[in-house]
Amino acid sequence: MTTAVSILPQQQLAVLNAAYRQAVARRRLRLLLGAVIFAAALVLAAIGAEVNLRTLFTYFGNFLSYFDRILTLDNGQRVWTDVGEWFWGWRKWLKMLGETLLISYVGTLIGATFAFCLNFLAAENTSPAPWLRFVVRRLLEFARTVPGIVFALVFVIAFGLGPMAGVLAIAIHSTGALGKLFSEIVENADMKPVEGIRSTGASWLSCMRFAVVPQVTAGYASYALLRFEINVREASVMGFVGAGGIGQELVVAIRKFYYSDVSAILLTIVVTVFIIDIATGWLRGHLFGKEART
Amino acid sequence: MTKPQEVDAAQMRARYPEVFERPASARLATPAMIVAAFAILIYGLVDLDFSPSRFFAGLSQLGWISLMMIPPDPGSSLPIYLKALGETLSIALLGTTLGALFALPVSLLAARNIVPSSILRFPVRRFLDSIRGVDTLIWALVWINVVGLGPFAGVLAIAVSDFGAFGKLFSEAFEGADQKQVEGIRASGGSALHEIRFGLLPQVLPVIAGQVLYFIESNTRSATIIGIVGAGGIGLQLAEQIRVLEWQKVSFLILMILVAVAAIDFISGKLRFAIIGRRAVA
Repeated sequence: MTTAVSILPQQQLAVLNAAYRQAVARRRLRLLLGAVIFAAALVLAAIGAEVNLRTLFTYFGNFLSYFDRILTLDNGQRVWTDVGEWFWGWRKWLKMLGETLLISYVGTLIGATFAFCLNFLAAENTSPAPWLRFVVRRLLEFARTVPGIVFALVFVIAFGLGPMAGVLAIAIHSTGALGKLFSEIVENADMKPVEGIRSTGASWLSCMRFAVVPQVTAGYASYALLRFEINVREASVMGFVGAGGIGQELVVAIRKFYYSDVSAILLTIVVTVFIIDIATGWLRGHLFGKEART
Repeated sequence: MTKPQEVDAAQMRARYPEVFERPASARLATPAMIVAAFAILIYGLVDLDFSPSRFFAGLSQLGWISLMMIPPDPGSSLPIYLKALGETLSIALLGTTLGALFALPVSLLAARNIVPSSILRFPVRRFLDSIRGVDTLIWALVWINVVGLGPFAGVLAIAVSDFGAFGKLFSEAFEGADQKQVEGIRASGGSALHEIRFGLLPQVLPVIAGQVLYFIESNTRSATIIGIVGAGGIGLQLAEQIRVLEWQKVSFLILMILVAVAAIDFISGKLRFAIIGRRAVA
């Protein structure tokens, strides 16, 4: 089938063209303005952070040579020629790695438990009182916004050096992050079962237990697994401030220029993070189907 | 109308046992998982030296610390703190921009619709994955070794870890782009350059801009902490004040960080909405 394209009269065409050009010009102007503001902010930031492009390029060479050095053993050979020498401390590192995983596991579980207890109070549709919701929400916000490592710094002073500070820091940060996500799931839950149960005269607690929890557990578990994945990364740096885990070994190796150790520990961490990523991804896909993965 | 047939419950139970009674394995699975999870938890608590006495001693210590934090007071170092905050924001902005600039060409190599050969794509993707597997704080430590203490190391640390994240996100944006517009331009006689300029870029740029803005926001948080290992910004001040137990200054610094993060969240939220809104109109 052919359709005839009507040719507009010249006058009308000119008007339309002008309107189109004006619209495009306005958009371009706005874009240009945005670009100028952004560039100005960049220049300001560069002055603030004492950066200039020339130093960047001179240092980039150093960066590459740093990687060259961490891939070289003390005897001048490449690390992969002698894996036994490269991973000489594997017993100790594996133990620290286990500690890291344990820190993130315990931290995540404690955090998820607290978040589970608090999120019904923070969700719009289930909270028993507005003032309570406000208080719980601010608390969660605080726990979420202060970075985990700052908590760790304070806890190291209160609880002493060691993995306990790391676990508590991760637990608090996870409580904040998971509490928000959990309460969002609850807000999306279907309220009809709640009404059904309330109409039988049940208390608030049984409404939550029998109407809301069955709807939301899959989402909770999915988010908790995702959080565990994030916390493994987080726990790997907790050692920087003395809060346990493999970070302690890494920071010593980096600060004291034990080059081949740095690459060995880094590789251990990266591989572990990979495995955890893949394992939790598989577990989430397997347990909750594709739709729960997002 | 026939009356609904009376059913014998016992008969139905015999006929459809799987409806009335879930197999023991399914019924036991959840409690078993919960018990296992908490068993590992207990093991972890023991292994990580959680003793109740230590915990409560620490808790009372923490209570004292919280009391000493009130009221937040910068003392005479407010100008230094403001400068450090500016430095933190600069680190976040510069680091994100640098990371995005470097990631753009690499992300093209990782996009399936641009580089069809998986032999070339695979190493690029793994490379980006391993960069992302290393935390920003670790990159900060590495860069401090290379360029020395200071905010410059922080900028580079954020740039490198963002490079990994952006490479993946941008390549996904390219893969998600609609091929129909590209084909339309080819059909009307456009060159390959026209295809990218008018077919691909208008679809991808708003997505990329939104992601960059979001990362500037989240990097403000990362930039506050990389100072703890010595890479400049407000984290440096925070770590120092914690170590010398100046709790009033610590609480002031934490408040400052919270306010700054909230402000950046607000601004970038507005900007992102503006960008995505314009895209919906166009």
